[in-house]
Amino acid sequence: MHIEVRGLNKQFGDFQAVNDVNFDIAKGQLIGLLGPSGGGKTSILRMLAGLETPTSGDIIFHGKRVNDLPPQERGIGFVFQNYALFKHMTVYDNVAFGLKVKKAAKDVIRERVMSLLELTGLKGFEHRYPHQLSGGQRQRVAFARALAPQPQLLLLDEPFAAIDAKIRTELRTWLKEMIERLGITSIFVTHDQDEAIEVADEIMIINKGRLEQKGTPWDIYKSPQTQFVASFIGESTIVDQVELLKGFEEAASWPGTKALIRPEYIEIGKRNEFRLPSATVPGIVKHLHFRGSEWMVEVMVGDIKLITYRSLEKDVLQPGQEISVLIHRAYLFNDNDTWIMENKLKEDPMPMHI
Amino acid sequence: MNIIMRSRLWTFGFRSTIMLYFVVLIVLPIIGIYSQSLHLGWTPFWDSITDPLAWKAVLLTIKLSVIAALINVVLGTMIGWVLIRYRFPGRRILNSLVDLPFALPTAVGGLMILLLLGPNSFVGNLADQLGFQIVFHEPAIIVAMVFVTFPFVIRGVQPLLEELDKSEEEASYTLGASRARTFFQVIFPSMLPGIISGAMLAFSRALAEFGAVVLVAGNIPGKTLIASVYIFGEIESDNAQGAAAVSVLLLTLSFLILGAVNLVQSRRLGK
Amino acid sequence: MRRLWITLTYAVFLVLLIAPLVKIFTGSWGDGWSGFADALTRPESLHALMMTGIIVVVVTLLNTLFGVMLALYLVRGTWLGNRLKAFMNSIVDLPFAVSPVIGGLMIVLILGPSSALGTFFEEIGFKVVYALPGMILATLFVTFPLMVREVMPVLQEIGAQQEEAASTLGAYSWYTFWKVTWPSIRWGVIYGVVLTVARSLGEFGAVLVVSGNIMNKTQTATTLVYQDVENFNVSAASSVALVLAAFSVGLLLLMEWAKKRKEVH
Repeated sequence: MHIEVRGLNKQFGDFQAVNDVNFDIAKGQLIGLLGPSGGGKTSILRMLAGLETPTSGDIIFHGKRVNDLPPQERGIGFVFQNYALFKHMTVYDNVAFGLKVKKAAKDVIRERVMSLLELTGLKGFEHRYPHQLSGGQRQRVAFARALAPQPQLLLLDEPFAAIDAKIRTELRTWLKEMIERLGITSIFVTHDQDEAIEVADEIMIINKGRLEQKGTPWDIYKSPQTQFVASFIGESTIVDQVELLKGFEEAASWPGTKALIRPEYIEIGKRNEFRLPSATVPGIVKHLHFRGSEWMVEVMVGDIKLITYRSLEKDVLQPGQEISVLIHRAYLFNDNDTWIMENKLKEDPMPMHI
Repeated sequence: MNIIMRSRLWTFGFRSTIMLYFVVLIVLPIIGIYSQSLHLGWTPFWDSITDPLAWKAVLLTIKLSVIAALINVVLGTMIGWVLIRYRFPGRRILNSLVDLPFALPTAVGGLMILLLLGPNSFVGNLADQLGFQIVFHEPAIIVAMVFVTFPFVIRGVQPLLEELDKSEEEASYTLGASRARTFFQVIFPSMLPGIISGAMLAFSRALAEFGAVVLVAGNIPGKTLIASVYIFGEIESDNAQGAAAVSVLLLTLSFLILGAVNLVQSRRLGK
Repeated sequence: MRRLWITLTYAVFLVLLIAPLVKIFTGSWGDGWSGFADALTRPESLHALMMTGIIVVVVTLLNTLFGVMLALYLVRGTWLGNRLKAFMNSIVDLPFAVSPVIGGLMIVLILGPSSALGTFFEEIGFKVVYALPGMILATLFVTFPLMVREVMPVLQEIGAQQEEAASTLGAYSWYTFWKVTWPSIRWGVIYGVVLTVARSLGEFGAVLVVSGNIMNKTQTATTLVYQDVENFNVSAASSVALVLAAFSVGLLLLMEWAKKRKEVH
């Protein structure tokens, strides 16, 4: 189902939970609403479901305004954060609920429920009660229950929040495959960026009730449009005086500008390891942290502390060791603007020396 | 759409019915009694509550209710403690019996006390020989009040004791505190909110008690006539205004107590 | 120390609860089986027990219905403003704080012969005060908080999510209530019913004031006990009281049972 949201606002008393949000979602996409807790993601989801009434703005499904439709009439499936399974019903009855409401024939119900249980790997559990299931199984029941009445749109509120870290990754992949197979338009809420990046076709970053950016995970990572997005996605260090770093002297012409530098923008090593040594600055290794698959290195360049990673295959560095640091690019921002700046020296190969 | 319209109509009907029920049953009577007591102006209201028999009845009620509440604090704390902390034969039965005074009609409770302590009973005769009287005197009223308010403190204390983490107590022991010190500095403070709110509820219930007391008090004006019986007498003698005035006095007192209980409880929950 | 406390507890129970219970039993059998039977089969006893029965049934039905709905509205109803909800919530307990005699007086004042409403009902030939409707009203007033206070915490505890889930699955409120909400609050409601039955069975003060205690007309079991005692007919009073006490003990057992079920679910 194609979804359109225009000028959506939600106020709880004096608190502006959702602030002028606009977006379009194409049919069959899997969208992640990502942002810090209390940022308004769940409110947006609940308004789409009809569980909450917008203060203003339009919600349009398939070109039809649905603001005044109650949740019963919207043709959605909703997976709640704590699953909200009916405690006193068996797995079978939970999944069958929506079909019974629609007064479907008994054998139709049976067939659909059994096929969903098969699909979600819950076959054999149909007579269990929710309290007899593990967290992952409950999540699947909630998923099957939401899918049973064949909704046009699937909404999931923090679907993996209550699940052990170990099975979470497994379940994520499962869910992504499942939704792709069914081709159902889906929106899920999460505060975990790894989850959003891994699962979603497109991410919408929500902060303080505003939609900061919408795009594919790669787009958002590559070209963040706001400072919040840049700092929320991926790891980064904020540098106050970027003009002190070699290759970024130009930044001095914009007073009050700060830089955000990701670990993967930084290369470190002995001076002779670099193809363009002139673009590097000397630095001192301050700390080394073993991170299982790589080293996390804290480097001091003058008074500026930078963080980067180094492969285990390369020579092991020592704290206090002098090394060369190459900063490929920085993400600059001030109160009015944000842009990406490449290392100027790196782009100028200075051919006369050769 | 039709089903939505119809469900809206139903919803509206239900809502209005419930609100009407609420207003008729709760709000209207309160307004009625306050307006009745004052509808002749302040002077008759003042006269009614300054009638010596009236204020003596109110004072007596307050005095006896305080005594009954205090007795309940002692008994209730002990019993609450014993029923939660100790395992002994008959514990479950005793625990169920606690609610008996709530389940039993108060008039039946009054009759029981009358039979047990009355003129021809064993206890009554014994007390007679020792030179004091129970039934138709203040002690019987106190017994009746203690009886009907018996569960409050116990039921107030029990959940707190159950909630109390055993490790808090153990921590106190490992820090070298004696049993008595642990009780008074660790356990008792956490029981205190339950004791206080239980005592206040018991007090307000005792203030309002009628059925059990009317049978055992003898109802001698100025001596053993308590407020609710006084009000009943005024109603019987067709003095609605006088009855309403004393009622308002008693009601206001009860509201204050109820408010205080809510405050204690909400503060506990707020923590 | 431990032994002392347990002994003391037993002593209190024995003196305060068990001895009176035994006493009422022996009191009613003081004149033997025939005395007990005679006291119970008096026309006024039978009529009083019947009145009590009618009141218990009607009040329990009404209070259950309205109590559950009011609890639902007070917990879930967004259409009530928060302030109004808080106000209603605090006022629900009111009948607990009001002496039953005062409760009865309130009803007499509003609906009695000297009030405007009372005369209106009188004229259309509908007697409220000193008749069954008034007694039912008085008992409803007294039992009002019992159901609401039992159901509200259960509703708060289960939360609204299961109901929201039902609504996203297409179920409207009626279906949701019966299939989703009811199974969760069932034991709370049953407990509330038991409490309501106990209270309406035993209500005395409010009914005494409203009924006028007219023998064979508006007399209930409890007001009959009162009258018998006033007439120094203690053994007859005990017989009726024994019947009431037996009911109460039965209700107490029911309460225990319901409480246990309530905790399990």
